[in-house]
Amino acid sequence: MTIDWASFTPWTSLAGGLLIGLAASLLVLMNGRIAGISGVVGGLLRPRTGDTAWRAAFILGMLLAPGLYAWIWRIPQSEITTSTPLLVAAGLLVGIGTRFGSGCTSGHGVCGLARGSARSLVATLSFMLAGFITVFVTRHVIGG
Amino acid sequence: MQTLVAFAVGLIFGCGLILAGMTNPAKVIAFLDLAGPWDPSLALVMGGAMAVASAAFALARSRARSLLGLPMQLPTLKTIDRKLVLGSVAFGIGWGLGGLCPGPALVALASGRHEALVFVAAMLAGMAIHEISSRKIS
Repeated sequence: MTIDWASFTPWTSLAGGLLIGLAASLLVLMNGRIAGISGVVGGLLRPRTGDTAWRAAFILGMLLAPGLYAWIWRIPQSEITTSTPLLVAAGLLVGIGTRFGSGCTSGHGVCGLARGSARSLVATLSFMLAGFITVFVTRHVIGG
Repeated sequence: MQTLVAFAVGLIFGCGLILAGMTNPAKVIAFLDLAGPWDPSLALVMGGAMAVASAAFALARSRARSLLGLPMQLPTLKTIDRKLVLGSVAFGIGWGLGGLCPGPALVALASGRHEALVFVAAMLAGMAIHEISSRKIS
């Protein structure tokens, strides 16, 4: 294994992680809810009275985040190299998978592990392992 | 008030994702690429987030109601079943293919990336497929 030190961003990544943790903490302590993005979005597809406003507000906040961020600081570059058909497949898998698996990187990976949930540990290990294998296959077996 | 909190949480969460580098799919894939030049940054994102959230959840668990007086809605399900594992594996494959998970995808969409629009549309379709199929079962 070789570490790409040139791309390694320990401080900004740690600081970003702390902000994500702060956001998840605020939501559970103030509203009693889990900050799991797939759950927050998915819940809107099954609207229940009194349960949609906070979800919509959360998503609106996320959508306005790049604007706020760009106003304070420069948005780091991002690069998407995946082809359109592959992006469609990826989106479908992420949509179906996170709902069947009851969570994603935030709900299981951050909140679930922070709660010490065994379900979330199994889910996180499953999606991390699947992610590692998928990138290995696409980068080094097919694309290598 | 809870709507306002949720809005602020969305803003902070989104800014955290941008600062962390999670909204850059190339960086996410570089983290998942153990055999290539590996970028371990995202391990620190998860570590940092968990360190803060662990304290909050420990406090949350000891309370029946939130600070705003709302019911504490923590998951109670304990069963580890095929649905949990297969769903998570499907998510992991999609994550590895595109380098996007739900939160960063929404933020990338708002940054005006047209690729993110394709991804988010497909993701919502996937969630709708789950919704329809689970309604048929129940």
